[in-house]
Amino acid sequence: MKSDKKIKVIISKVGLDGHDRGAKVIASLLKEAGMEVVYLGMYQMPEHIIQAAIDEDADVIGVSYLSGEHLTFTQKITEEMQKKGLEHVLFIAGGVIPPEDIPTLKDMGVAEVFMAGTLTQPIVDYIQQQARK
Amino acid sequence: MAKIPENELARQVMKGDRGAGARLITLLEEGNESAREVMKSLYPHTGKSMIVGITGGTGTGKSTLIDLLIHDFRQSGKRVGVVVVDPSSPFSGGAFLGDRLRMQRHACDEGVFIRSMASRGYLGGLARTTAETIRVMEAMGADVVLLETIGSGQDEVEVIRVAQTCILVIAPNMGDDIQALKAGLMEIGHIYVINKSDLEGSIQALREVEAVLSMKTYPDKAWKPRVLSTVATEGKGIRELVSAIQEHNVFINQGARADRFRFERVEYELSLVFKNELERLVHEGLKGTGKKKKYIRKICDGQSDPYTIIAEVLKNFLKKGSFDPEK
Repeated sequence: MKSDKKIKVIISKVGLDGHDRGAKVIASLLKEAGMEVVYLGMYQMPEHIIQAAIDEDADVIGVSYLSGEHLTFTQKITEEMQKKGLEHVLFIAGGVIPPEDIPTLKDMGVAEVFMAGTLTQPIVDYIQQQARK
Repeated sequence: MAKIPENELARQVMKGDRGAGARLITLLEEGNESAREVMKSLYPHTGKSMIVGITGGTGTGKSTLIDLLIHDFRQSGKRVGVVVVDPSSPFSGGAFLGDRLRMQRHACDEGVFIRSMASRGYLGGLARTTAETIRVMEAMGADVVLLETIGSGQDEVEVIRVAQTCILVIAPNMGDDIQALKAGLMEIGHIYVINKSDLEGSIQALREVEAVLSMKTYPDKAWKPRVLSTVATEGKGIRELVSAIQEHNVFINQGARADRFRFERVEYELSLVFKNELERLVHEGLKGTGKKKKYIRKICDGQSDPYTIIAEVLKNFLKKGSFDPEK
C-alpha cells in the first residue's frame, strides 16, 4: 500500500446562518485541489464542529460566516479546540467579515481570514502550506 | 489528534479514546507501518460487535435512515460506531464527504463515533481500509457498527463481506421489475427498505421487490428477506426496521451461522491484507529506482507486456523474501 497522505478539512456553517453557497464553493474547490472535505452544512454549533474534527482526525477547520456572529462563535470554537486538544488543527474563517475584526479573530486563534472576493488559488496554497501534513 | 507515541495508541483506543481511534484510522488510510503493529494488539479485542451494512443508490436516504438508527440504538444504551464511505475524485483524488451532515442528531453524543471515508479509488462500494476501521471501532467499544456504502449502482456488493446484516435501501421510481431481477446488489439484502414511501410509485416498488424475492427459492431454515416501507425524514417505519435488524441478528447467531460469518469476514480481510502488503512491498522496492517508469515504457514500446513484468517482479520477490528490483 503506498503512503497516501491527504489533507482532511471540515467545512461548516455555524449558528442560524443560512447562506451556504460560499461554503459549498470552498468545499468543492478544496476537493478539486485533492483534499478530503467533510461538509457539515448549516446550523451547526461549535461543539458539533469540534466533535466532527476529532472523529475525522481533521487537519483543517473552515467556517464560513455571513451573519455577523463571527466574533461570538469564533471565541466559542477556539475555546472548544483548546479544551479538546486540537491546537494542531488549522482554523480558518471566511465570508463577510469587517476588516477591523480580523486582528481580534486572529488573537482568538484563527490562523487566517479569507474575505468575500478572495481568489481561490491563494486559499488552496495557504492550506497546502500550513496544514499538518 | 496531537502526536501520540504508537505504543500508547493501542491502549488509548481500547479505552475508547475517540482522538486515538481517529488517529489510528488515519494511519491505516495512509498505509503507515506502525498502524499494523497497533492493529496486532487490538485485533484479539474485536469481532464481537453487531455490524449492519446500509447500501443502495445515491439519494435513496441511507444517511438519513442511519441518523434514525443511531437514535434508536442510543435509546437502548448501545454505543454506536458509524463508517460512511463516499467516492474520491478520479481526477484530483479529493473528495466531498457529505454523509455526516445528515447524522447530526447525535453530533455531541459521547456514545457515537462517526467517521467519513473517501473510497480513494477502491471499488466495491467501500474504501480499502473500511474493514480495518470497523475493527478499530469494535476495539473502541462500539456495540453496534453501522456501515454506509458509497451510493451504489448494481455491483457494489462488498458490504456483505464485512456486515452481518445488510439493508438495501431503494427509492420509488428507480426502474421496473427487470432492474429488480438482476444479479448483484438486488441479491444481497437481508432487509429491503423502500424509503420515501410517501412518494408516488412506492407501492409499486414494494410489490416489485416482493414479487422478485418470491421468485427465489430458499433452502430450509434460510433467512427470508424482509421488505419494509419507511419515510426517513418523518421517522416512519423505523421501529419496524430496528425489529427486523434485531430479528436477523438473532437468526445469524444461531447454530453454525455466526461462525460461518466470522470465517468469511476474516477471509475477506486476509485477502485484503495480502494484497495491500504485496502491493506495498513492490511499491517500496520500486520507489526511487525509476524501474516502474522503465517497465511502463517497455510495455508502451511493445518490448514487453504487463504479465511478463509482473512474473519477473514476483519471481525475484519470492526468491529473495524481500523486494530488490536491482536483481
